[in-house]
Amino acid sequence: MKNFKILLALVIVLSLVGITGCSTDDTTGDTLNTTPEAATGDTMSSGVVTGSGSTSVEKIALATMDEFMALNPNVDATYEGIGSSGGVKNADEGTTEFGAASRKLKDEEKSWGMTEVVIAYDGIAVIVHPSNTAMNDITMDQILGIFKGEITDWSEVGGTAGPIVVVSREDGSGTRGAFEEIVGFEDELSSDAINAEGNGNVQVTVATNESAIGYVSFTYIDDTVKPLLVEGVEATVGNVLNDTFPISRPFIMMYHEENMSDTALAYIDFILSPEGQEIVEEEGGIPVN
Amino acid sequence: MEKDMSKDMNKDIAANRKREKIEAVAKAWFLINASVAIICVAAITFFVFYKGLQPFFTGNHEGTYSFIKFITGLEWDYSDNPEVALYGVLYMIIGSIVATLGAIVIGVPISVLTAVFIAEIAPEPVKKIVKPAVELLAGIPSILYGVFGLGIIVPWIRDISPKAQGQSLFAVMIVLTIMILPTIITITENAIRVVPNSFREGSYGLGASKIQTIFKVILPAAKSGIITGVVLGIGRAIGETMAVILVAGNPQGGIPTSIWEPIRPLTTNIALEMSYAFGMHQEMLFSTGVVLFVFIIVINLILARAKAKISEQ
Repeated sequence: MKNFKILLALVIVLSLVGITGCSTDDTTGDTLNTTPEAATGDTMSSGVVTGSGSTSVEKIALATMDEFMALNPNVDATYEGIGSSGGVKNADEGTTEFGAASRKLKDEEKSWGMTEVVIAYDGIAVIVHPSNTAMNDITMDQILGIFKGEITDWSEVGGTAGPIVVVSREDGSGTRGAFEEIVGFEDELSSDAINAEGNGNVQVTVATNESAIGYVSFTYIDDTVKPLLVEGVEATVGNVLNDTFPISRPFIMMYHEENMSDTALAYIDFILSPEGQEIVEEEGGIPVN
Repeated sequence: MEKDMSKDMNKDIAANRKREKIEAVAKAWFLINASVAIICVAAITFFVFYKGLQPFFTGNHEGTYSFIKFITGLEWDYSDNPEVALYGVLYMIIGSIVATLGAIVIGVPISVLTAVFIAEIAPEPVKKIVKPAVELLAGIPSILYGVFGLGIIVPWIRDISPKAQGQSLFAVMIVLTIMILPTIITITENAIRVVPNSFREGSYGLGASKIQTIFKVILPAAKSGIITGVVLGIGRAIGETMAVILVAGNPQGGIPTSIWEPIRPLTTNIALEMSYAFGMHQEMLFSTGVVLFVFIIVINLILARAKAKISEQ
């Protein structure tokens, strides 16, 4: 009987745990439901900072916001990663106080007359297997041809004859968006290309395949892959800063002055401060100064 | 004296009331617990179908997409521009089905023979090694199968494949085969175990050998269990995500014409893009989930019917 009671108590406790566990699952379900509208908040009230835009900037934005909120406990800052184009639009319409883009603004977007602040830079390296010794240098046109599927053999770009295996990031990735835009093949990726999830996966896929070519953020370059010179320029942070490495992009925050609360302006200043730039670097960006 | 009796009665009534209360509370508590699973299933079903079917109805807030184009499309290419965005899942459906069939074709014979070995043939010391090994296989997290696939199977396939990459239909089949082994083995072994000993004795009595007994008597008698195992294996294979995402290649289009070509199963399509998706793109990923859901429902119906049919016999 005593054993039975203990068992019963155990079952009840476990079932309680089970139910609370289930309810936490429900909240994660809700986050899937977020749409750009969800970012609409009371943008003008002081103490609230709202931003939206590039998923590539998301890590930097969230980390700097965390620190900013820790320093100013009365501030409530939110950022939603919805993609660069959405962020620029939200900033223009005042849906969120500021927007963030991981690319240069298009001419049309520039004509909306927003203030642009470059908060960081990022470089994207083109990588091959280290044993691919014949390939050291590649041009932008060659990259374009390879990723569109028009060039399919290494001999066509000066390498040792053999098929090229193209490795891309998954659709929607900020790195992929920037790479496609800078190289110039938006929505035209070869349908034979392997899609790998995340920079790390691309890196491993290239590192284990002698025929592969892929692209990753600078922070993912290590001994297992070989970054190619692009148009003769080495993939280094210095070459991104002096604007010679062609596949690089700025991380921009943009806003209309009249939409910004003092708190939001203070947040932008914070990102550009030495402390903010340190966080930028920790999150994989290249600091602006 | 009378006073004492009424006191006792009152005591009894009070004790009874207390017991009834406890009973009622306990009953309610059991009911709440029993409802958890039902509520979860209902909520998930409603959520997936609600989100996933929206794009096919006119007047949808995020824009609409033709259901015919969705279900017969051979290319999945998201774009910010809704005019050029393509959401075709036919090649994923084919990839998922072929990979699952491949895993079943390779995996079922291995599993059934392993189960027979454990239940009928293996001497006790060997059984003590094989059985825990199978059980351990079931407990390995699926992402580890994926890492193993990417590190060992994919490079091996690249060496033997006419193509330059190892991410392929074949790689998915192998990973899925390994993953469904424990499911089918365990269920088949249990089914063999419950075959009454009189069957074996009768078979031996008629002069059948051990192998004849296994194939002519025991396996037919355990048919129901084996089929259950196979169907559950199919369910596991078609729903597997994290292990195959690393070895499938996930191309944006194209029906695989050989086992060396990469595929994009329905599950990995959702897992790959959900973290970035919003608006229409996100709803189309839920639509992919609806297709997957329908597959699972069909598999469960088949399982229920197959079981009913066999128990009729």
